[in-house]
Amino acid sequence: MQLATRALTVLAGLAISAVSFGALAQTPRDTVVMAKQIDDIISLDPGEAFEASGSEAVANLYDKLLEYDLKDVSKISGTLAQSWSVASDGRTYTFKIKPGLKFHSGNPVTAADAAWSFQRAVILNKSPGFILGQFGFNKDNVKEKIRAVDAQTLVMETDAAYAPTFFYYCLTAAVASVIDSKVAMQHVKGDDFANDWLKTNSAGSGAYRLRSWRANESYTMDANENWVHGAPKNKRVVVRHVPELATQRLLLEKGDVDFARNLSKDQLDGLAGNPSVVLDKGNKGTIYYIGLNQKNPILSKPEVREALKWLVDYEGLAKTVMAGRYEPHQSFLPKGYLGAIDDKPYRLDIDKAKALLAKAGYPNGFSLTMDVRNTAPQTDIAQAVQATWAKAGIKLDLIPADGRQVLTKYRARTHDTTVYAWGPDYPDPHTNAETFAMNPDNADDAKSKTLAWRNAWDIPEMTKAIAAAVKEQDAAKRKAIYEQVQREHQKTSPFIVMFQEIEIAARRKNASGFIIGPSYDNNYYYAIAKN
Amino acid sequence: MAAGRTIGGNGSGRSLLHLGRASGAALRLGGTVIVTLFGLLLVTFLIGRVVPIDPVLAIVGDHAPADVYERVRLELGLDRPLWEQFYRYAAKVLQGDFGRSVLTSNPVLTDIARFFPATLELATVATLIGVAFGVPMGVFAAVHRGRMVDHVVRVVGLIGYSVPVFWLGLIGLLLFYAKLGWVAGPGRLDVGYDDLVDPVTGVLLIDSALAGEWEVFGNAFRHVILPAAILGYFSLAYISRMTRSFMLEQLQQEYITTARVKGLAESRVIWRHALRNVAVPLVTVIALSYASLLEGSVLTETVFAWPGLGSYITNSLLNADMNAVLGGTIVVGCVFVGINLLSDLLYRLVDPRAR
Repeated sequence: MQLATRALTVLAGLAISAVSFGALAQTPRDTVVMAKQIDDIISLDPGEAFEASGSEAVANLYDKLLEYDLKDVSKISGTLAQSWSVASDGRTYTFKIKPGLKFHSGNPVTAADAAWSFQRAVILNKSPGFILGQFGFNKDNVKEKIRAVDAQTLVMETDAAYAPTFFYYCLTAAVASVIDSKVAMQHVKGDDFANDWLKTNSAGSGAYRLRSWRANESYTMDANENWVHGAPKNKRVVVRHVPELATQRLLLEKGDVDFARNLSKDQLDGLAGNPSVVLDKGNKGTIYYIGLNQKNPILSKPEVREALKWLVDYEGLAKTVMAGRYEPHQSFLPKGYLGAIDDKPYRLDIDKAKALLAKAGYPNGFSLTMDVRNTAPQTDIAQAVQATWAKAGIKLDLIPADGRQVLTKYRARTHDTTVYAWGPDYPDPHTNAETFAMNPDNADDAKSKTLAWRNAWDIPEMTKAIAAAVKEQDAAKRKAIYEQVQREHQKTSPFIVMFQEIEIAARRKNASGFIIGPSYDNNYYYAIAKN
Repeated sequence: MAAGRTIGGNGSGRSLLHLGRASGAALRLGGTVIVTLFGLLLVTFLIGRVVPIDPVLAIVGDHAPADVYERVRLELGLDRPLWEQFYRYAAKVLQGDFGRSVLTSNPVLTDIARFFPATLELATVATLIGVAFGVPMGVFAAVHRGRMVDHVVRVVGLIGYSVPVFWLGLIGLLLFYAKLGWVAGPGRLDVGYDDLVDPVTGVLLIDSALAGEWEVFGNAFRHVILPAAILGYFSLAYISRMTRSFMLEQLQQEYITTARVKGLAESRVIWRHALRNVAVPLVTVIALSYASLLEGSVLTETVFAWPGLGSYITNSLLNADMNAVLGGTIVVGCVFVGINLLSDLLYRLVDPRAR
């Protein structure tokens, strides 16, 4: 027993020594601390960052020429640009940079910086490069087509007369951030346009400058007192990678972080009774849908496609597994985008579905497979759909797999059906319209592999309509085209659009002001104040 | 007969022979290590190439246009035959270039230099806890075999074997961090202590002590103690069970009876005579459990937001970031080989026959 006593004494001593290390260092008042999953960040270079977390970081480090009102998408205003206009040819855009603006380094913000930033994004042609490239810029012509006329004047010439709104919205995307070219030039290696250095450093004029970045661990930003919209309401933002959601919740409840960014329904339910925690919500552009591969002869029948749309319990799912984080949405443009519609023609109606299936020649149903990413909410949606489809005699086998595996299969067009999510690439309706409703070439080796292509949906007419929409000079007419195409799309497409994501940030009651925009590059920290 | 001391031979011829044998053994050992690491590299490489995940997508994302996709595929050399891809990779590794991680944009070695010390810190504290409690518990259980204490130790060990680590981690956090506030939360440091100490070794406990920043040391200790205790509990379970069975075997030996008959104090019999003879197998057990902790433990790292090697390798694997996976695997392989060598050395220290 002597030994046990000794062991216990040691144990107690250890516990006491742990306690005696004193009170917790609470997060300082002027520092905002967030717990978030940030292991998706590959790069902090605005010309390369394209993941949710990376875009968010870039949005807070850099400014763009233009921005739009998050509450009213039709209001475009200047961030770095004082004025902007398009010539009568519809192809030549002129931007005047606001005078007196400075980068974090103290260098003045000039048209030459903007030109260099756009040129490099086009020449590097990383994942988001096409957002600028789609206006006819390429590595051979961009230095001539995008140029600084003088210190304050930037001229950009597109290859065709596009809808001006299309061009302007694309310039609000992260890839169109203006980089401090003088600082970046000091870090150029070969012909990399400082890409290597900018992956892990910042050189911008945004609300914050990057203080430190540790992959899979944290990033820290310091406020820029001289920001174009005035000094941020906090001095520093620390975002820590906390992969486990239950851990995020504990940190928040304990007050060691001010925000927990990825809580799921379980954690949110558990927080409901906590008076010191508040939920901030915002519509996100991400859309959840089921894709029906038209290479499958059964799915290629219009009646079958329509029947399957009547076989999803949209409301039931929204109230249960999707509650709080997703809301029903049945068209391809998310709320908050130009031309978005709120029509929801479908609900769960098994009789109607059965009648349609009988008409298609399948009164007793058929068998299908569904590839599902093995994470929430995809698995929840898939299981619910499996149950409702069974009621019409459709036997659905779920094939759960890692996300990358599902994606690889989806891109090879070897699936029957799949539950998938799509997030817009830039804040213009064309991003979703192009992928959901354009398929210029349905061949297996096609160059353009849109979602319509992935589901082998051959739609020459709709493709033409969307191509016309991006050239429509009149914003109201342009909006009308999208509305009309979406209504057609709802009826005939092999996409069962079901939900739009709502982003929820759980926060301490005393830390308010976080701005959640429709895309990840509209999530802003500058207005967060702690009291 | 146990614990006999070798009678020293002092002929010079014999020591020469010994030297020759030793260098031969070292050569053989070196050969084995190289073959082992090469095999490890090859197998990991092949697994990485046959998994049904497209590594290009990990880099460019789902939405990238076709020309970007194709360019990156060529950059990665994925259009070349498998043997050529491996040859190119292996040639670079031999020059000390493990390539870049796609996910973190850093050279793989830089990443490992950052993640491995975090794992090392956690694993070392955990092993210290496991040994400090596991060995005495095992001895104690063996001595009181079949009595209450023995049962308690065995049940504690059994629980350690069977409870899932992430559950225990979360419960530990809930109790000791959220409710009682005895320890600090997830992560390696509180936000306020970030960047106060320059990284020398990357092990915060050492770096802060070197810098004389005792407040940082205390904070780092408060952060490491809970995850280390959880991991330590699992190695304790293993170590105490093994110690118990080794000790049981020794306690039945005749020399123990002899020692007792001689009238030696019981504590001396147990701790000096019996325990000494289980030292060699015990060192093996401890080394194995230490090595397995040094691989990084994904679940504990995830629950405690601990930026260690386990979650780095796992995350890289899930994203087909093969440079990072291969680099990490080689490091883990080296750690295993290193720990094995170290325990060989320890044998010589604790068992004179092995000298």
